[in-house]
Amino acid sequence: MAILEIRNLRKVFGSVIANDEVNLSLEAGETHAILGENGAGKSTLIKMISGLYKPDAGQILLNGVEQHFANPRDAILAGIGVVHQHFMLIPALSVAENVVLGSEGSRFLFRKKDAIEKVLRISKELGLPLDPAIKVQDLPVGMQQRVEIVKALYRNARILILDEPTAVLTPQETEELFAVVRRLNQDQIPVIFISHKLDEVREIADRITVMRAGKSVNTMPVADATAKELAQLMVGREVVLETIKTPAQTGNVVLSVEGLSVRDDRKMTRVKNVSFDVRTGEIFGIAGVDGNGQTELVEAIVGLRKLEGGKILFLDKDITAESVSGRIHRGIGYVPQDRQRDGLVLPFTVADNLILRSVGNQPFSKSGWLQKKSTRASAEKLIKEFDIRPPLADAQAVSLSGGNQQKVILAREMSREPQLLIAVQPTRGLDVGAIEGIHRHLLSLCEQGKAVLLVSLELEEIMQLSDRIGVMHAGELVTVMDAKKATRETLGLAMTGERVEEGVAP
Amino acid sequence: MSVLGLVFSNPELYGSTLAMATPLALGALGGTFSERTGVVNIAMEGIMLVGAFFGVMAAASSHSAWVGLLAGVVAGGLISLALAWPAVRLQSDQVILGMAINLFAAGLTAFLLNTVYGFGGTPISTPQLPQLTIPILNNIPFLGAVLGQQNVVVYLMILLVIIGHFFLFHTNLGLRMRAVGEHPEAADTVGINVVRIRYFGVLIGGMMSGLAGVYLSIGMLNSFEVNMTDGRGYIALAAMIFGKWTPFGSLGAALLFGFATAVSFSLQNYGVSANLIGILPYALTIVALTGVIGRSKAPAADGLPYEPSK
Repeated sequence: MAILEIRNLRKVFGSVIANDEVNLSLEAGETHAILGENGAGKSTLIKMISGLYKPDAGQILLNGVEQHFANPRDAILAGIGVVHQHFMLIPALSVAENVVLGSEGSRFLFRKKDAIEKVLRISKELGLPLDPAIKVQDLPVGMQQRVEIVKALYRNARILILDEPTAVLTPQETEELFAVVRRLNQDQIPVIFISHKLDEVREIADRITVMRAGKSVNTMPVADATAKELAQLMVGREVVLETIKTPAQTGNVVLSVEGLSVRDDRKMTRVKNVSFDVRTGEIFGIAGVDGNGQTELVEAIVGLRKLEGGKILFLDKDITAESVSGRIHRGIGYVPQDRQRDGLVLPFTVADNLILRSVGNQPFSKSGWLQKKSTRASAEKLIKEFDIRPPLADAQAVSLSGGNQQKVILAREMSREPQLLIAVQPTRGLDVGAIEGIHRHLLSLCEQGKAVLLVSLELEEIMQLSDRIGVMHAGELVTVMDAKKATRETLGLAMTGERVEEGVAP
Repeated sequence: MSVLGLVFSNPELYGSTLAMATPLALGALGGTFSERTGVVNIAMEGIMLVGAFFGVMAAASSHSAWVGLLAGVVAGGLISLALAWPAVRLQSDQVILGMAINLFAAGLTAFLLNTVYGFGGTPISTPQLPQLTIPILNNIPFLGAVLGQQNVVVYLMILLVIIGHFFLFHTNLGLRMRAVGEHPEAADTVGINVVRIRYFGVLIGGMMSGLAGVYLSIGMLNSFEVNMTDGRGYIALAAMIFGKWTPFGSLGAALLFGFATAVSFSLQNYGVSANLIGILPYALTIVALTGVIGRSKAPAADGLPYEPSK
């Protein structure tokens, strides 16, 4: 009998059907992947299983008994442990406090020593070393994930749900996570593994359920599934998985960074003596685990952050002291990491968002007055060119899907014909179809002889698009290598701070 | 001995520092309890006024200062629910709510004072909370003059600060309160009732601010005057921030501000302008808020409404 069974689950928000006819069965000791694009309904399903949402119809059965979770506490008591994509940890509290929170196991007094002992015991059993007394905010992301897993097991989880667990991990940390998952399977604890990455699902899962548009489309053993078939099931049409990249015709240096050092808001040096060049016609990719100085580096180059030391040259001119708008006018385009916070003014229309950078210039403004007609005309042209949907210049940016929001930003930046485009995580959270489109636009820029600086946490993306790859670790540019010679292993090692000679296998 | 030497070596200065610090420390402690659960509380001024008025009213009509104390604390708790309900249930802006309560309380207490007691003010027969004399401590030189003989609320305050610290940092409920103030969603996913915890924090905080008001009206005096808190609620707010949202920190900051007030009183006798010295606590407050002396960090979810799962 299945440990967990989901029958025809349905959840509606207003007029949006988030989940409908979702079926799933989880056997003892298996790893069951749920694969689907963003917006396919994976998160809604998880929130129902973990008691955060109440289903509108359908059944959740544990060991054959129907469950009605009123709140997360019910689900925890029933033995369901969830590691959410955005960790549910409290940075200001210690590891031990985070683990036992809500189920402290004593009546009134909080016993710190007991909590620390319990955490040590579980982490030893699992083979996951952890320091229970350290504050969570001082831990790297991979360790924080361990805390989440220990936290679930402390609550006697009989089923573990991992929501996009590898998004923030290095390849090595991912391998460690997979080892933990296999150990849990051996202990007869089944794992639900939610992901949109085909490769890792094929590596870790026993069975795969594909979700599309709120429904479970198909369940199959992993051995029967090819990557192409899975992608097709996810998207509902055929997709080109590999973007075809022609070798770059590189030319002059566009951007030159020399000995750059940058501090963050807390006055910690986050970028240490970083130097590199970006040339016309190439994509220079920067890989690294989140939080190793990539954000600060980019902010310094676009002028949002003061330098502690070093120099930035753009087209042979020193722009170190130049303002943000000065740099834009010289020809730097910028696609920021958080498109909703920094990239768009969400309540504004698509047309207004498209002219944000040029609003003071002809033809969008004449002697201080906005020119609605030319704004609209330019917007309609860009909407067509970049295939923004729905094709309405008056639609509010907030009403667009993530992929289309990103197209608006890309359209705005590219329409200014920049000599250098800096794109940070340009496809984060987008579905396979939208990613394909964004990648094509970036490649077309190179073909036009422009330069692109691409920062991404997705190794696949970096390897697919870049001509040269730099890896950042703890604020240093550990290595710069030719993309043709780079492998997952060499890049992964560099991401942990090991200096690798170019092209030499570890 | 110089004038300053005389002033600063007089134990009475430190005794009155403690007396001045008491309402500030109680208000700051109340604010700490509220804000540690994530509800910004700038309503201490208003809650103190309400506590002060109802304290006098109950004491006068029952002829018992103890009944007055109880009534003031209960009234403080009740008025704080006017902050808690919209803040927790309706996700309203907590700063605006706090301001509204301050304005409402000022108007309400002035109106009730006139309606109930007329222009003569509160009855002169209103009983006062007793001064306590601590036997052995009282006979120790210097220290005895500072700590040996104070109003009962002063000792109550010291006790509450110690209990408050123990409660916040050494009990399960305290841990949960801090968790809710830092990351309510994380607390929710481990089954903590965020709404209930926030109500609790605001309510306890309101009762402490109510006690601060009681101290002003029937501890230091035995009457109520319009707007008698005179900005102490805002100084308490500063003390809470200066004290980094901890009970002992709040007490320390309150003592510093209380000391400034006490000094300004003492120096008046030596011909130093009272007005000039009167600005001292406020100047110190501004310095405290600019973060020159150690930067204090609020609970991460302080002031952020949280909508529980559905």
